[in-house]
Amino acid sequence: MKEELFVSGRDIPNIDPYLHIWHWQIPLYLYLGGLAAGILFFATYYVIKGKEKQMQTTVKWATIIAPIALVIGLGALFWDLKHKLYFWQLYTTIRFTSPMSWGAWTLMLITPMSIVWVASYMKEMIPGWDWKFGFLNKFEVWIIKNRVPFAWIMMILAVILGVYTGILLSAFNARPLWNTSILGPLFLTSGLSTGLAAIMWMSKDEHERKTLNRIDLILILVELFLIIHLFMGFMAGSAVKTEAASLFLGGEFTVSFWVFVIILGLAFPATLEALELRGFHVPAWLPPFLILFGGLVFRFVMVEAGQITRFLY
Amino acid sequence: MRYAMAIDTKKCVGCGDCVVACQTENNVPHGYCRDWIVENVSGSYPSVQIELRSERCNHCDNAPCVRCCPTGASHIVEGGIVLVTHDECIGCGACIESCPYDARYPHPEGYVDKCTFCKHRVDKGQNPACVDVCPTHCLHFGDLDDPNSDVSKALKNRKWKVLAPEAGTEPQLYFLT
Amino acid sequence: MTSRRQFIKISAAGVGAATIGINAASGFNLFGSKDETGPASDEDLTPYPTYCEVCFWKCAGWAYVDKKGNIRKIIGNKKDPHSNGRLCPRGTGGIGMYYDEDRLKTPLIRETDSEGNDYFREATWDEALTKVADKMKQIANKYGPEAFGLFNHGNPGGHLEHLMRAYGSETNAEPAFAQCRGPRSVAYYSTFGAYIGSPENTDIRDTRCLVLIGSHIGENMHNSQVQEMSQAIENKATIITVDPRLSTAAGKSTFWLPIKPATDIALLLAWIHVLIYENLYNKEFIDQYAFGFDLLKEHVKTMTPEWAYGITTIEPEMIRRTAREMAGAAPNVVIHPGRHAVWYGDDTQRERAMAILTALLGAWGKRGSLYFAEKISLPHYPQPEYPEPKWTWRDLNNGKYQLATMGITTELLKASIPENNPKHRVRAWLVAGTNLPLSMPDKQLFKKAADSVEFIAVMDTMPMEITGYADVVLPEATYLERYDFLRASQNRIPNVALRMPAVEPKYDSKPGWWISKKIGEKLGLDEYFNYNDYSEVIDWQLKQIGTSLEEMKKIGVKSFPRTEGPLYLADGEDFEFNTNSGKIELYSTDLADAGFDPIPVYKKHPEPPPNFYRLIYGRAPMHTFSRTSNNHNLWDLMNENNVWINPKIADIWELKSGDFVWLKNQDNAVTTFPVKVRVTERIRWDSVYMVHGFGHSDKKLSRAYGRGASDEEMITNVMIDPIMGGTGMRGNFVTFLKEDPRKEVKA
Ligand SMILES: Nc1nc2c(c(=O)[nH]1)N[C@H]1C(S)=C(S)[C@@H](COP(=O)(O)OP(=O)(O)OC[C@H]3O[C@@H](n4cnc5c(=O)[nH]c(N)nc54)[C@H](O)[C@@H]3O)O[C@H]1N2
Ligand SMILES: Nc1nc2c(c(=O)[nH]1)N[C@H]1C(S)=C(S)[C@@H](COP(=O)(O)OP(=O)(O)OC[C@H]3O[C@@H](n4cnc5c(=O)[nH]c(N)nc54)[C@H](O)[C@@H]3O)O[C@H]1N2
Ligand code: SF4
Ligand code: SF4
Ligand code: SF4
Ligand code: SF4
Ligand code: SF4
Ligand SMILES: [Mo]
Repeated sequence: MKEELFVSGRDIPNIDPYLHIWHWQIPLYLYLGGLAAGILFFATYYVIKGKEKQMQTTVKWATIIAPIALVIGLGALFWDLKHKLYFWQLYTTIRFTSPMSWGAWTLMLITPMSIVWVASYMKEMIPGWDWKFGFLNKFEVWIIKNRVPFAWIMMILAVILGVYTGILLSAFNARPLWNTSILGPLFLTSGLSTGLAAIMWMSKDEHERKTLNRIDLILILVELFLIIHLFMGFMAGSAVKTEAASLFLGGEFTVSFWVFVIILGLAFPATLEALELRGFHVPAWLPPFLILFGGLVFRFVMVEAGQITRFLY
Repeated sequence: MRYAMAIDTKKCVGCGDCVVACQTENNVPHGYCRDWIVENVSGSYPSVQIELRSERCNHCDNAPCVRCCPTGASHIVEGGIVLVTHDECIGCGACIESCPYDARYPHPEGYVDKCTFCKHRVDKGQNPACVDVCPTHCLHFGDLDDPNSDVSKALKNRKWKVLAPEAGTEPQLYFLT
Repeated sequence: MTSRRQFIKISAAGVGAATIGINAASGFNLFGSKDETGPASDEDLTPYPTYCEVCFWKCAGWAYVDKKGNIRKIIGNKKDPHSNGRLCPRGTGGIGMYYDEDRLKTPLIRETDSEGNDYFREATWDEALTKVADKMKQIANKYGPEAFGLFNHGNPGGHLEHLMRAYGSETNAEPAFAQCRGPRSVAYYSTFGAYIGSPENTDIRDTRCLVLIGSHIGENMHNSQVQEMSQAIENKATIITVDPRLSTAAGKSTFWLPIKPATDIALLLAWIHVLIYENLYNKEFIDQYAFGFDLLKEHVKTMTPEWAYGITTIEPEMIRRTAREMAGAAPNVVIHPGRHAVWYGDDTQRERAMAILTALLGAWGKRGSLYFAEKISLPHYPQPEYPEPKWTWRDLNNGKYQLATMGITTELLKASIPENNPKHRVRAWLVAGTNLPLSMPDKQLFKKAADSVEFIAVMDTMPMEITGYADVVLPEATYLERYDFLRASQNRIPNVALRMPAVEPKYDSKPGWWISKKIGEKLGLDEYFNYNDYSEVIDWQLKQIGTSLEEMKKIGVKSFPRTEGPLYLADGEDFEFNTNSGKIELYSTDLADAGFDPIPVYKKHPEPPPNFYRLIYGRAPMHTFSRTSNNHNLWDLMNENNVWINPKIADIWELKSGDFVWLKNQDNAVTTFPVKVRVTERIRWDSVYMVHGFGHSDKKLSRAYGRGASDEEMITNVMIDPIMGGTGMRGNFVTFLKEDPRKEVKA
């Protein structure tokens, strides 16, 4: 029999016996960040491609979600800080080795930009809208004129944001579950997919929905493929990796992961989407709802489970 | 200069003196600790082995906690000591997540805290508090670059290991086995 | 039967409110004092010399006080041979004794309310001390001062002992004898004509072979001993540990002999057999110094390793091999005499066997064995002679335990119970520095005795269980807040150490010397307390030995040259032992005269019935008995005890580490609190192990209350050593209850 125990009574809150430093705020923050990144990516993409007219919801209406999600996400992040009064220290430096640092900076840039983006469409969305102040109206004109370069910048930031939400976790070597290069692409794909789902939910345009539907189906398949790879990697890895995987293979996260994330969050909506494309009638809200929900659970599960996995003790 | 510590698991009796001494020296609040003792029991009766290890921050050469800190609060100073500047720390917890040794803790005041290798003593030429209190003299501290330092001498004639080398942090706590 | 004295568990409303008030304030203060986070620079701290009171090793150190008057840390005194500049975890954490918010804060007097419930009322010092003094007068008038008994342990009790002697009573007892070192004292005295003493005169640092028979150094954290064991490891000394459990020391040993409990005498006799019959013993040493070798040789003739194997479960080859190891290292061998020696009631005989083994190896008075310790003798402060009591603790033994050298606690308890028809009845107690309800075996005996006496006054620092039985509670200041006796313990070099207050007493607590003096004055014993402050006594004594209080305040510890000759015996040196024969008595004439076996004999002890396991117990390095369980610094390290169970037994019972069980013993006693299981390979399957000192039942101990279980509750079978009255406590067998036994009764 093997025994390993602390004989000096270590019992630090949120660290022992299992690490639980990050609570609900961080997965929510990652989720909302990914969602916003997804929405903004597709909005900017279609503007750059010049398909603004065909993809009205994607480009205009859905983007309203992005700043809201980003602000809530930032709020959650702030909430989780333990030394809040020193928050500003984040913006006294840029640390390229710290995803947290460039994530904070990206958010700092993309959040106002997304607000500007939405604002620039206000007149189109709400007829008769007026900015009251002359300089605002002038600014708006300037933005509209430079919409494509603006979209380019924001698309790059959206990609950085999406990658960041994945990298944030995978940068932590210390947590065997997170420490895999697949997590970055996986979270990016998942973020794009949830973004799409949100747009699909809002879109009333049959053509737009179909287009998005098709992309989403591909994204989900990519996601499933990445997840299979993730687990193959774990199983082929060292003892700590197999131990990490075992949390999902019979361990305490088995149900939440396989039922809520894989089946209800990915496989089932993918099937529905495929059926829809074949012309079957599917309630329009159902696949997006499932995807959005699955994405949220996915992040909760990964953050919680990842903190449990470790090298020692 | 490269500060490091060697811990003689053959002598350590797991008494926890190093933990209390750290607590009183560094004003570590109750319920938290910068160092701790692990007992590892292997084999089966009557052929049983015990390994006792006094552990703390490894002051890693390749410190992920420093890399991931968004503000620079976590940093490395002369001699490789990894420190946290309390007033720069926002308490984001990233460094805690990044440490494979769970060597850091959130201080009740909000910032993150950890072993400092008692820099305030080392700067004055003293040993860290835990080293100076240990009744079995099983902790050896000093400069690895100095062949006459306690730690260099301790490592010279003994077998040693580090913990979780696979995490790639290049830890600077050496356990004499 | 309703008891006269209710154990007061929770303070009554009045006191409660006041106590909470103080608590909140102190809590606030404490928080305030901790506001500067991080370390303080030593330059900003003032060190005050002290010696530690967390156990009886009395290590000298410095209490570092900051500018705000907070004690920040306690560090060992480098000149002190007890600590060598390093305190043990308990000494380092001794700071927690001072800061404990649960401390006794003011004198308390027992009162009874209109509904007949007892409660404590806060009292002034004058009220409380008058009450004690009046009772002492009354007892003296009615029964003679001898009927007032004293239970004491450690320094604080010493001041009361002085008071009691001046008052005319020598009816005192300490757990240090009948619950601890008694058998060792008697055995080594009857063998070598000398005591082992404290700190033990074991030359571990220079030994080539250390033999630990149930001594778990490393868990038993007696400081310099642990330090020396570490040096022995460094020196690659052979360590042989005999213990049914893989103690920490056993884990570091060359040989671990996982002996069947209660069979050590057989192992020792087999070792003696091997040494004699393989001609490995130190012939010159025995020829020159020993008495009774031939009788011993004849006695152990049949006690072969094969014989012992059947008893101890230790392989004969292992017994031979370890005997040869000892012989190979002789005379630089320490057969550690142990300290808590009251195990099975034949403990003096086991200790005798250890002493004989020591003699055969010539491992006495030699480098790396037992050295000649020396202490400085402090002159007595000029005071009148104590009056001669009509009877003393000795008379309580009714002619038994002739060889006892100190009062026997359990006999003092028995003499307090009228049903026992004691010839000399004890009517009232003073108690100081001992938590009898947790340190006495046989709880019923203690309770009955406490119920029987007319009056109990307790001087303590904490609201320990014993205070719940008191009529008057006298809150003593902790060792960090008072002057005390000078420490003049034995060691390699004679030395003296000072304890002075580092800070003012917290709350309304007072030093033990002050309390004794005030009571003494109320009794008209002023001439025995002819000083205003105890520092005057210390200063006087220090001046007699060539130093002063002033100097000692700066250095804390001072060493003096040896005057009684060298540390070791020279080869072939003439030496007269202080025994009847003037020699080392392998055959004890003292024991023979008193009608006991002159050479130890192995006698079989009962074994656990089916589904029961022998309860053995010991120390955790970070705690001292029951006194530190509420100390916040040490509580952080360990806040409950576990019951260690071998995996095979755990399987049978379907128990996992972390499960809670209640223990029930052979007499159907059940632990008040459940205890966590630790399943571990570190113990035999016929025994379970617990650390002593947990399972506090007094709610005023806010941290320690209900944490872990008390081994004491399981010790109902006490095996009395007929030679000296020691209370063997390891003859108890326990089984596991997985459900709360008290719930079942209710349902
Ligand atoms: N079941 C069981 N019983 C045992 C033992 C065991 O292992 N198991 N061990 C035995 C041994 S070896 C011994 S030596 C005895 C020890 O027995 P005790 O000496 O009774 O030990 P403690 O439980 O530490 O109780 C000490 C008491 O002194 C108080 N105290 C501490 N410091 C001060 C002070 O400065 N002033 C005053 N006035 N009081 C103070 C504490 O609060 C506490 O109430 O126990 C023996 N009894
Ligand atoms: N940390 C700490 N250290 C202390 C103390 C403390 O309270 N805390 N108290 C001090 C005091 S006053 C004393 S008296 C000493 C006591 O310390 P020691 O004299 O060293 O130890 P014991 O309590 O006699 O023995 C405990 C060991 O005996 C083993 N044992 C049990 N039954 C048997 C048996 O039948 N045969 C053999 N061979 N071994 C057996 C147990 O497994 C355990 O390892 O400790 C002192 N040191
Ligand atoms: S003080 Fe020394 S012996 Fe005690 S636990 Fe710490 S390292 Fe081990
Ligand atoms: S042990 Fe942990 S906290 Fe210390 S330097 Fe290494 S990674 Fe950082
Ligand atoms: S918690 Fe503080 S030290 Fe740690 S990474 Fe965040 S800012 Fe840096
Ligand atoms: S080096 Fe100093 S800070 Fe680090 S564990 Fe030891 S005492 Fe604590
Ligand atoms: S051994 Fe530890 S508890 Fe005992 S006196 Fe020394 S420092 Fe204090
Ligand atoms: Mo003892």
